[in-house]
Amino acid sequence: MFEEIGTTTEGDLIINVGPQHPATHGVLHLVITLNGETIKKLEPHLGYIHRSIEKMCESLTYRQFIYVTSRMDYLSAHINNQACALVVEKGLQIEVPDRAKVIRVLMAELTRIASHELWWGAMAMDIGAFTPFFHAFRERETINDIMEETCGARLTMNYMVPGGVMQELHPNFQKKVKEFIKLFRLKVHEYEELLTGNIIFQNRMKDIGVLSKEDAISYGCTGPVGRGSGVSCDIRKLYPYDAYDKVQFDEVIETAGDSLARYMVRIKELHQSISIIEQLIDNIPEGDYQAKTKAVLKLPKGEFYQRVETARGEFGVYIVSEGGTTPHRIKFRSPGFSNLSALNHMAKGSKLGDLVAMMGTLDLVIPDIDR
Amino acid sequence: MWSFSNIADSIQNWLNQTFSATWSLVMQMLIAGIAVISLFAILGLVLVLMERKVSAWMQIRLGPNRVGPKGILQTLADTLKLLVKEGLTPAGADKILFNLAPVLALVIGMLLMAPIAFAKDFQLWNLNIGVLYISAVSSVMVISILMAGWASNNKYSLMGAMRSGAQIVSYELSAGLSILTIVVLCGSLNIPDIIYSQADGWWIFKGHIPAIISFVIFIIAVTAETNRAPFDLAEAESELTAGFHTEYSGMKFALFFLAEYVNVFIVCAIGATLFLGGWMPFHIGQWESFNRVMDYIPSSIWFFGKTFFLIFLIMWFRWTFPRLRIDQLLNLEWKYLLPISMINLLLVTVIAILGWHF
Repeated sequence: MFEEIGTTTEGDLIINVGPQHPATHGVLHLVITLNGETIKKLEPHLGYIHRSIEKMCESLTYRQFIYVTSRMDYLSAHINNQACALVVEKGLQIEVPDRAKVIRVLMAELTRIASHELWWGAMAMDIGAFTPFFHAFRERETINDIMEETCGARLTMNYMVPGGVMQELHPNFQKKVKEFIKLFRLKVHEYEELLTGNIIFQNRMKDIGVLSKEDAISYGCTGPVGRGSGVSCDIRKLYPYDAYDKVQFDEVIETAGDSLARYMVRIKELHQSISIIEQLIDNIPEGDYQAKTKAVLKLPKGEFYQRVETARGEFGVYIVSEGGTTPHRIKFRSPGFSNLSALNHMAKGSKLGDLVAMMGTLDLVIPDIDR
Repeated sequence: MWSFSNIADSIQNWLNQTFSATWSLVMQMLIAGIAVISLFAILGLVLVLMERKVSAWMQIRLGPNRVGPKGILQTLADTLKLLVKEGLTPAGADKILFNLAPVLALVIGMLLMAPIAFAKDFQLWNLNIGVLYISAVSSVMVISILMAGWASNNKYSLMGAMRSGAQIVSYELSAGLSILTIVVLCGSLNIPDIIYSQADGWWIFKGHIPAIISFVIFIIAVTAETNRAPFDLAEAESELTAGFHTEYSGMKFALFFLAEYVNVFIVCAIGATLFLGGWMPFHIGQWESFNRVMDYIPSSIWFFGKTFFLIFLIMWFRWTFPRLRIDQLLNLEWKYLLPISMINLLLVTVIAILGWHF
């Protein structure tokens, strides 16, 4: 417990990476035992940003608690909200209009692109390339502008409500999204030219932080981390929700399990997201954007679970209801927590510089891990 | 024609006429010292601004544009801030070494200024072993970094210092060997001699492919020697927070910062001198009229133009490439650069002996 206070045991160097460190992108604390530059042991310490969101949600109504979940994985705020809306709809058996379903998917995919962009820039910065960060933010800004027009917010949109979405799409939405997609196709190519083909980058990524398929399953890794190790775990494909059963897309799976595989999964997912948006943007059905719901929502007594695919992996919402206006017990299954747990296994025996690259490819969002 | 050497000569003549020989020498030394210090300060200001502007240009940003016209006074404001900031010495640090390290880094930079020819016949110290002096003094640089890392009593600093020690000592070999190729070609260690030997064409053009190879190796090696990205493992912001200068603040940090930029200037100046002819204008063999036209551009502009071109090249690396890992870094040197530069040196020696170069 108090190991980190001592400087050395058996000649090893124990360093605290975090809670304030440029590579952790948040208040993550890693206690690392080093032998020279080689990592012998790695221990993540959590709790620096614990806000007891799950407990807070128990005192909020089924309409209110959705908004708190934006503050967990703030890069997938839309998708978190979507999961909560879906679980409430499941409990109340609300029929969501087709239009709302399609809008939700569009928004979720835009969020995924924005999240992957930020990951790309931040990961490049972790391994020492500064310029990609700014290039990624340029395109991310466009998405934020699109979101702002429709939802009124750029980061925590709070657009999903039980029964559909909160308000009608902005008249510019379709036009702007189409423009963005056209531009973004070129930009993804530019990203790949800037970073993917670089020999230094390839050497830093290839065969680094290898996570086998068995390990990925036993650690519960999902999302691009799991798919990079060859685990088929795309919830959009396996258990389609909203309008995902109406669109054609491939589940991106790489089998190498190293940092480069995780990187490539995310880059290819960008292309898949673009294709999903392209299929839907011209085919948004007419109709209501929200189903008629009661003013006060009361879930029937029982247990409800819904999982969705966020940009980081499988996000689950588990609600135990006693029949009241607030949940009796709520539990979130966050992808980041499971992905982080595999870090010790991956990092053992590699160099300190590689740890940073690995953390980059895990795409950790600390408020998601530490709720 | 107007040139630095004329000004220097007239000052010297005036001093010799007005004062006794001893006093004249003392005055000359003082003037030279002040000139180096002011050049240091100006270079620091210019290079930091240049780096920020270049990076902004590559990163689709504007860069500093608030302080002064087009932000040219930004570095001045930053320096002022660093000057008034508290220079903290950590409680567990070795106080003497901790405070000595940044000064040492700066002094080495100043010493390296001495044999560099800034313009035609304008040099602080015409040393007959100028090139050797430069490689000898620049290798002391690692001591200041090791000193800083060790004295800080910080694990990150120590790791940064150790990395930097391994890195600088390794890359010194390649840098030295690629410098040697030019020395072999022109047969002199004296910097004016090396420059005058390029009167009919720069060595990078005259020395066939081996000179180009050694130029490329030289640029890679000096980028590593000055701890610049992609070889900035000693600082490695995302891994070691700030590496060897984690614990430094205020002016002590500024001295390290200044030393880094001045070192970049110096290695680029050496590169320009050895491979691109220093202040020597662009001459082509016997094309007398063309050479005459080129001579109209002042020699100092040629020198600073070439140097800043190389500096831009090194900045370009920094804002494009990801960082290497420590073992990859050492592999690159010991498995690739060193053998290549050794064979290259052999080739150049053969070329020089047989007189195959132009």
